[in-house]
Amino acid sequence: MAKLGPVDDWATDFDVMDEAYILDPFPIWDELRETCPIAHTKRRGETWLLTSYEDVTKAAHDIGHFSSLEVGVIAPEEVDEEPILPYGLPPISSDPPLHTWTRRLLLPWFSHAKVASYETMTRELCRRLIDGMVEDGYGDAAAGYAQQIPVRVIARILGVPDTLSDTFTEWVRDVLEFADDKEKSQEGWDGILEFMVTQLEQAKSNPQEDLISQLVHTEHEGAPIEDTIVLGIAGLVMIAGIDTTWSAIGSSLWHLATHPEDVARLVAEPELMDSAVEEFLRAYAPVTMARVVTTDTEFQGCPMHEGDKVLMNFPAANRDPAAFENADEVILDRAQNRHVAFGSGIHRCAGSNLARMELKVAIEEWLARFPAFSLAEGAEVTWAGGQVRGPRSVPVVFS
Amino acid sequence: MRIQVDAEKCQGHARCFALAPEVFDVDDYGQSSAKNGGVVPSGLEDKVRLAIDNCPEYAISEIPE
Repeated sequence: MAKLGPVDDWATDFDVMDEAYILDPFPIWDELRETCPIAHTKRRGETWLLTSYEDVTKAAHDIGHFSSLEVGVIAPEEVDEEPILPYGLPPISSDPPLHTWTRRLLLPWFSHAKVASYETMTRELCRRLIDGMVEDGYGDAAAGYAQQIPVRVIARILGVPDTLSDTFTEWVRDVLEFADDKEKSQEGWDGILEFMVTQLEQAKSNPQEDLISQLVHTEHEGAPIEDTIVLGIAGLVMIAGIDTTWSAIGSSLWHLATHPEDVARLVAEPELMDSAVEEFLRAYAPVTMARVVTTDTEFQGCPMHEGDKVLMNFPAANRDPAAFENADEVILDRAQNRHVAFGSGIHRCAGSNLARMELKVAIEEWLARFPAFSLAEGAEVTWAGGQVRGPRSVPVVFS
Repeated sequence: MRIQVDAEKCQGHARCFALAPEVFDVDDYGQSSAKNGGVVPSGLEDKVRLAIDNCPEYAISEIPE
């Protein structure tokens, strides 16, 4: 896709892939909420951007007008050929009734009990990664730590050998971070699909304990689940469970690297960890999700047409001063925090328990070994964004 | 103090369970429910109020005496 020029007017011509937006979206959201809380653009098709807590949660609950058949913030290019996954990645890319039963199949994989069973491996993984940094005397909290954690937990759920984890990371990066680069994102999809199809075929004759194996041998309304739905659900776990969580871990560590007073407080008051994790999720929520308008409608005074895209900006909702006191401040012991980092309504992130566990364990283990750390002098912090915002490089030094 | 969880509104964020596991139960599908018929053991009222204040779906409410 052709590069689009920088944005001059955020209310009428916004672009979530704009470099300035990816680097520092907060003042843009603040201005939009004050002047034009539902922005519009014709870049990449007719699209609306919701920035207030009220509008975002309202749209998330209005599944009649706002369908999940397209949830990517950037519309995929039209193709003539039949899609390999005609249902996309259910339940995220579906409406009821498909959403309802596929979600029910997926949720038990992320129950509290199941998530607790991954905690020890997550903690050990964090410690190994930190050991390597201690030896080196410096590290990259994003590339060398945050990005290394969720992929291996998801790999376990999908029955992927550890040796393939790096390849997995590349595929997911290609798909999610290069949405603008068709060739690269296609490469990622090809890799993921090929791996999963092999898993699926093996699971039919030789089922293991992994998600694909279990789904292949589960029935819905008396019939086996279609292969394309099994592949869609497994693909979702991979796409939704990796760069989202590494972005949250990376943003949290970036915050701590730039706010020594919060590091000191968390070290001195570890009982604040749970509320701190929720506050990091609020302040640095990574994920914006899209919906497609099902029928011409007026939403909060805006004339939306069938087929328009609507971006539910959960990160902006979480910074809305109408919903949160001192919304732009990170307050580790914030008592009332109805943040929507994991969405709102029937599509609440199915993996939220897992993400929380990984984020908490990653921060705990980090602070246990690095009770004082900061950005490396002259370090260049880089960010990715669009659908999922988070830092990709956070060079730090330990004191 | 007595509370109820609206099963239609609850979407399984599990914030209540994290804040007051003595009072709330969450099943494998994320559905929350109040233990003990919603009767809050004395001493846990503040925790439960915190859970009410943190539910993103406004699914928990106090039943008036």
